[in-house]
Amino acid sequence: MSDIWIMIAKRLALGALTLLVISVIIFSATELLPGDLAQAVLGQSATPETVAAFRRELGLDLPAYQRYVNWLFGALQGDFGTSLANKRPIADLISLRLGNTLFLAVYAAFIAVPLSLTLGILAALFRNTVFDRAANAMALTSISFPEFFVAYILIFFLAQSGLFPSMARVDPSTGFTEALYHTFLPALTLTLVVTAHMMRMTRAAIINLLASPYIEMARLKGMKPMRVIWRHAVPNALAPIITVVALNLAYLITGVVVVEVVFVYPGLGQLMVDSVSKRDFPVVQAVALIFAAAYVLLNLLADVLSTLSNPRLVHRK
Amino acid sequence: MHTLITLFWVAVAIALAMGAGWLFLAAARRLTRGGVARALRGAPVSAGFGMLVILIYVLVALFAHLIAPFGERQVVGAQFLPWDGTYLLGTDNLGRDMLTRLIYGARNTVGIAFATTVLAFSVGAMLGLLAATVGGWLDQVLSRIVDILMAIPSLIFSLLLLTIFGTSVVTLILVIATIDSTRVFRLARSVAQNIVVMDYIEAARLRGEGLWRLITREILPNALAPLVAEFGLRFCFVFLMISALSFLGVGIQPPTADWGSMVRDNAALITFGDVTPLLPAGAIALLTVAVNFVVDWMLHRASGLKE
Repeated sequence: MSDIWIMIAKRLALGALTLLVISVIIFSATELLPGDLAQAVLGQSATPETVAAFRRELGLDLPAYQRYVNWLFGALQGDFGTSLANKRPIADLISLRLGNTLFLAVYAAFIAVPLSLTLGILAALFRNTVFDRAANAMALTSISFPEFFVAYILIFFLAQSGLFPSMARVDPSTGFTEALYHTFLPALTLTLVVTAHMMRMTRAAIINLLASPYIEMARLKGMKPMRVIWRHAVPNALAPIITVVALNLAYLITGVVVVEVVFVYPGLGQLMVDSVSKRDFPVVQAVALIFAAAYVLLNLLADVLSTLSNPRLVHRK
Repeated sequence: MHTLITLFWVAVAIALAMGAGWLFLAAARRLTRGGVARALRGAPVSAGFGMLVILIYVLVALFAHLIAPFGERQVVGAQFLPWDGTYLLGTDNLGRDMLTRLIYGARNTVGIAFATTVLAFSVGAMLGLLAATVGGWLDQVLSRIVDILMAIPSLIFSLLLLTIFGTSVVTLILVIATIDSTRVFRLARSVAQNIVVMDYIEAARLRGEGLWRLITREILPNALAPLVAEFGLRFCFVFLMISALSFLGVGIQPPTADWGSMVRDNAALITFGDVTPLLPAGAIALLTVAVNFVVDWMLHRASGLKE
């Protein structure tokens, strides 16, 4: 047992280190600017006095490492500085939107994970039948579709007739069921985008296992196919399945950007895209840090969970 | 009733696509000889369809200026005109011919995606092969850098870099090529690692072959099959990423005709039941599906036809 805890502690430490390095990259990316931030924001025509004043306001007269430490400790306490575009504290801009984005991602995950695991297991069970081939072709096709194509097809068929709203407007006063209804199309889009990949990986993991001798043994004992899958294949396939689920949840976090823009959903992704075109560096950095942290944490979680499900992984190289 | 009709048309489209793929394969088998013909004999209909679609896209991209009825940036009429005899697919939000924009989009969007993939591939594959061959601290340094870069979600990272360097075609290509080359590096390195331990590499080293010759003459030819399939997959990723960025308004900038931004500019029409804005998105989807079909077949061949 203690081996497992040591391993988990090591993974957590590695994850923390990764996050730290990522924060350095995100912070120092602006240092790559020709000139500096103040010049980039104010443009060529600014007088030296304005640039100098703006520099002081941003704290650019401090050395880079000191600014980084201030920024990081601020971020850890939820203070990301102020936006360049509207001078409001970034924490205010982010707090509501972060909740919205998480709501959408969790909503999509609740539909996508059970659906794709069921489809994947069925496809493995009935492999090389019409069902399997159709599921595979659908999966390959939906992987190839850009998210906005899926989104607009859904709008075309489901929103035009007034069945569902094409714009996912929510605000703090929206009730839970109402929010579920308003965000149904974005959640469905995300589901369609990730289901295919999860399904294919589940199918591959199970089929891989079905070739092993103990499955052969279970079959020869006269077990029913469904029982062989549930009792013998699925528990051993858990590690790869958990990994692929977590990877796709991590993908949801970033896939949400395009979907939020299509459905005009007030989430983090939309804020980031708006800030990119306005070149509002502090906001972009803050949102990028949040997205990257979520991504790293989900990958870490997958790593730990799959190790717990399969103790043989503790001693891997 | 409405859904039934849609399903019927989808079925008709699939049947036609399979027919076209079969015909293309039959024609290709006739026209080619030797190794190519032998490879084509085992190709499934889906791969035939994929190759046909890719061929059509390449031809349209190369001869865009001959096929297109109007100029790329020419305003030809009122805004959002419906489909008719002169403007086959209507006009866009600025009154430019939709069909013309679609045709030039093949050149711009696909061309930029292809250039990016080639760049990402040459850098990533070269560094990956080098890391595996030289090993030691070079391998360690490159691998750790790649690990860190891959820990940041690619769309988010490219948005961050595009904020800093601004949005132009050159920065777009460089940013996405940098991010994507990390994925190529991973694959190239792991493929090459299995090759460097072979006896013939040992023999080549003892013969005194230099590093460059070792990589290009001994390792690369044997790593080619998985790398070619990876090229197809990477192209799809890059193509989808560039389209997504253009759709978000931070990729290929107007007035260049590009499929991602065409969807964005004309999206308002969809809520009125007009399918026109879906066409550029469909063009993106069709090409990725086609490339995936061909890659699927190549991977199947490379894996020695095992399931």
